[in-house]
Amino acid sequence: MSAQAKPQDKANQKYETVIGLEVHAQMRTETKIFCGCRVEFGAAPNTLTCPVSTGMPGVLPVLHRKALEFSIRTGLAMDCKIAPFSRFARKNYFYPDLPKGYQISQYELPICEHGHIDIEVEGATKRIGITRIHMEDDAGKNIHDPSGVSLVDLNRTGTPLMEIVSEPDMRTPEEAGAYMRKIRTIVRYLGVSDGNMEQGSLRCDANISIRPVGQVEFGTKVELKNINSFRFVERAIAYEIKRQTSVIERGGEIVQETRLYDTDRNITVSMRAKEEAHDYRYFPDPDLVPMVVDPKWIEEIRAGLPELPDVKRKRYLNDLEISEDAAAFISEERATAEWFEAAVDKGGEPKSVANWMMGELTRRLNDDKLSFANCPVIPIKLVELINDIDSGKINARQGKTVFNSLYDRCKSMIEESPVKPSPADGSLAFIGKVEPVTSRATSSVIREELGIKQSTDTGTIEKAVQEVLDKNPDEVERFRGGDQKLMGFFVGQVMKATRGEVDAKTVNEMIKKKLG
Amino acid sequence: MSISSSDVSHIARLARLSITDKERDLFGSQLSDILTHIKKLEQLDTSGVEPTSHALLLENVDRADVVKGSLSEDEVLANAPDRHEGFYRVPKIIE
Repeated sequence: MSAQAKPQDKANQKYETVIGLEVHAQMRTETKIFCGCRVEFGAAPNTLTCPVSTGMPGVLPVLHRKALEFSIRTGLAMDCKIAPFSRFARKNYFYPDLPKGYQISQYELPICEHGHIDIEVEGATKRIGITRIHMEDDAGKNIHDPSGVSLVDLNRTGTPLMEIVSEPDMRTPEEAGAYMRKIRTIVRYLGVSDGNMEQGSLRCDANISIRPVGQVEFGTKVELKNINSFRFVERAIAYEIKRQTSVIERGGEIVQETRLYDTDRNITVSMRAKEEAHDYRYFPDPDLVPMVVDPKWIEEIRAGLPELPDVKRKRYLNDLEISEDAAAFISEERATAEWFEAAVDKGGEPKSVANWMMGELTRRLNDDKLSFANCPVIPIKLVELINDIDSGKINARQGKTVFNSLYDRCKSMIEESPVKPSPADGSLAFIGKVEPVTSRATSSVIREELGIKQSTDTGTIEKAVQEVLDKNPDEVERFRGGDQKLMGFFVGQVMKATRGEVDAKTVNEMIKKKLG
Repeated sequence: MSISSSDVSHIARLARLSITDKERDLFGSQLSDILTHIKKLEQLDTSGVEPTSHALLLENVDRADVVKGSLSEDEVLANAPDRHEGFYRVPKIIE
């Protein structure tokens, strides 16, 4: 049992790992942070640039208010203090994808400080401190051509980023992975970032050190740069722990340096020694004036925060009494939670709704590469179907058939409709737009069309049960002798004989009565 | 207040400037002079004066999140020393 082996492993461990993460989240805005160029992934190279984003001399950057609002929103959701006075600083270094010769970031006086988020690992909740959240502009992209040149695309230059810096509170790769997932969930709930890892909207640097168990001082830290998936963050840290442990075990010393994770070989490789590279000579950026945040504005932003995933999860567990797994699944994405809540609002029994969502619905959505943000079946239709099953109009097996037909029909109705609902509108708006488009597809319409119904005529059921019992005298004997497992066999035979059109529960009771 | 020749070399390296030994000595003494002057300013009693990061008495200058458009490919790359299919073409960055 791995659950039993774990504490022992920990007792045998000589070293403790200390992990802090810096997560860069691209903000979901129309334009760049300091100029009016559009932000877009995948545009033709250098077509989203202007004198500001290419760092021409004499230009003046101007902050868009939304970047500040999004940062405050994120800070409030993570219980940070919002700085009444905040400013930008220049971080100076040379690289071809940084045409200004400095990144505009925040150094002293970041917009948010001293917050925290909670993560769940192995059934326990752990609080991770947030040191700070600050705003900065992104650099461009380099393509390293095999012919021996590099190509620079400055479209990404100036894209608004939030850097979310954690306290060194994590101890295992799993905690780091859970932390990064939680950050993604929160920024997506808040609508401040799409959290799209494939497009680089969420990237992470990890600071990792190890120390003998019981030692208070931190060991020398190594920084792992630019990790862009949950899987890689765990793997890269696991490798780094192994590497640092073996260096120390062999009597060596950890060098403070930046390393890159090689995803193909699953190792980390040294990039540069720290002391040379990290002389950034920060100073206040004279081009951007300080930000003085009105407390009234902070309260407005706070009032507009959505209910957050942790609160939802607890509410689902306590008030709606769905399982832990279901509560975690449903609360992870805002669109999923809103879909679920809409179904419960329409009178859906929470456990049944959750089971359908996690089972048949997710299976169909995954096959179609869709999500609850653009689910063809709207909540009320599932509720009607569940009610048809609960009231005995159809049985559970027939329910699946009706559901799949319902799903297919709604999907093609949406595809054929001139109205094109988009998940970008938000899940509730999507549901509102889909409703009239799919109004003709309902559980009852499909039941009638397919002629799916459950026989409630007890005479029919009784006849079928009696026939099955008459045909299987040996099994009846064994059942009477105490072999209760044969109940399943009897029910199965009756269902087969009636082509599944009767209620299994009624069949069950009737067999018990007859053989009891 | 004086600045060491290794400080000068370090600053030159950060600024990607290559300087001769003679220039290093010259810049070293010039930078030291500047620091000496700043040292003199430090004699002024500034207790009770808020530190200033900006010379302008302005705050909260911002704009709406509205697209203003970008330059054309030819305009953007007009000053590029070399280009290739819309990209800036530069010497190989990493080994």
